[in-house]
Amino acid sequence: MNKVAVIDYGMGNLHSVTKAIEYSGREKKGKIKAFATCDKKLIESADRVIFPGVGAIRDCMAEIKRLNIDKIIEDAIKLKPVLAICVGMQALMEFSEENDGVECLGFVKGQVKHFDKNFMDSNGRRIKIPHMGWNKVKQVNSHPLWKEVPDNSRFYFVHSYYVQAENEMKITGITDYGARIISCLTDDNVFATQFHPEKSQEVGLTLLRNFLEWDGERRC
Amino acid sequence: MTLAKRIIPCLDCDRGRVVKGVKFVDIRDAGDPIEIAKNYCEAGADEITFLDITASYEDRNTTIETVQGIAGQVFIPLTVGGGIRALEDIRIMLNAGADKIAINTAAVENPDLVRRASERFGSQCIVVAVDAKQVASDGKNLKWEIFTHGGRNPTGLDAIEWVKHMVECGAGEILLTSMDRDGTKQGFDLMLKKKVSQAVQVPIIASGGVGTLEHLAEGVLEGEADAVLAASIFHFGEYSIEEAKIYMASRGIEVRL
Repeated sequence: MNKVAVIDYGMGNLHSVTKAIEYSGREKKGKIKAFATCDKKLIESADRVIFPGVGAIRDCMAEIKRLNIDKIIEDAIKLKPVLAICVGMQALMEFSEENDGVECLGFVKGQVKHFDKNFMDSNGRRIKIPHMGWNKVKQVNSHPLWKEVPDNSRFYFVHSYYVQAENEMKITGITDYGARIISCLTDDNVFATQFHPEKSQEVGLTLLRNFLEWDGERRC
Repeated sequence: MTLAKRIIPCLDCDRGRVVKGVKFVDIRDAGDPIEIAKNYCEAGADEITFLDITASYEDRNTTIETVQGIAGQVFIPLTVGGGIRALEDIRIMLNAGADKIAINTAAVENPDLVRRASERFGSQCIVVAVDAKQVASDGKNLKWEIFTHGGRNPTGLDAIEWVKHMVECGAGEILLTSMDRDGTKQGFDLMLKKKVSQAVQVPIIASGGVGTLEHLAEGVLEGEADAVLAASIFHFGEYSIEEAKIYMASRGIEVRL
């Protein structure tokens, strides 16, 4: 049994993530179990953990602290593969500009910035904010989660803030949206995506399937 | 710039069936929403929009079950609208598997709902749907008015000013339907799309009037829309999503192929 805990701290729709995990592992019938929970023991019992997030970072961080999720994530990233998605990725950083500035978990060195209103697209038009829709992800540095995912595949994004990481070696995917933004990064057994794999059809399901098989090492 | 322009098939649903009306009346049956959503997803649709057109009057449970059914099998974004009146309606639909919620009439009756919803759930999932009708056409001074209740009630609100206000309240996207064109297959009201797209910085979904693939391309190239929404040209098999994308790509538009 491959148990996947999707951390539930009351921020948004976890139905899609759990359904997509089960669907991506459907060929291993009966062996994948995905469940949304904030229970420490259940998360400890899982083989791998998904840390999702939607909405505003201040509310997310408040709930993370109130439910002691910060401690649970800190423990999980020492022990097992963790996939952080969207605001989950942003929450791993040190600080976000959103909501007049919010201290985040600080597990990865770097900041979360707002898209500059004056960023231009290649047609010379101001970019739309949020960055919403299907954009290309250029794979940088090899990683087991990229197995069978074609380079420059389009994934589904929806966000107004983006991550800047200090250590270039941790970057695994970049995307162009008025500026070069980090769409994926990895830190030991954590893999984080700004896009939503659970909403990115075949390429997203492939990435989730790779996560189900990942042992947390970076080598391919 | 590599962000693709989106093609969004729209499922207007009445008691669990996909239907399509002409200018909001004269409705035809087009089939089972879960099957149709799956087919569109496989054909390359970038999102699905599900509008419960009778939600104001009918039992909501059918809609919730349908949304759950689509979300469990279709792994692209799903927008749900129709009869959304309160934060609780939004929460129920998000929990059923919707990614975005379209608010129309309730936004006009209670603009604070948009503000509270975007604070509570995030702007990224709050789509304000507007039905606009051209009310003046004296040369340069085109004007459009907002209508509610499926296009039945005039509000006196200027469409451009209204959309700006909704974005200030936290709308993350605008679903812009021109009532003059809806169901007519004469093409989008391109001037309306362009004016709205230039007035705000959030993405605009153009809707209402698509009859040909050329219309979809115009919506992006001339209307400056970020996404194009259509129903009948896809439901009744006139064009496939794939044909639409290939055509748009041939016009130099970035699409996800």
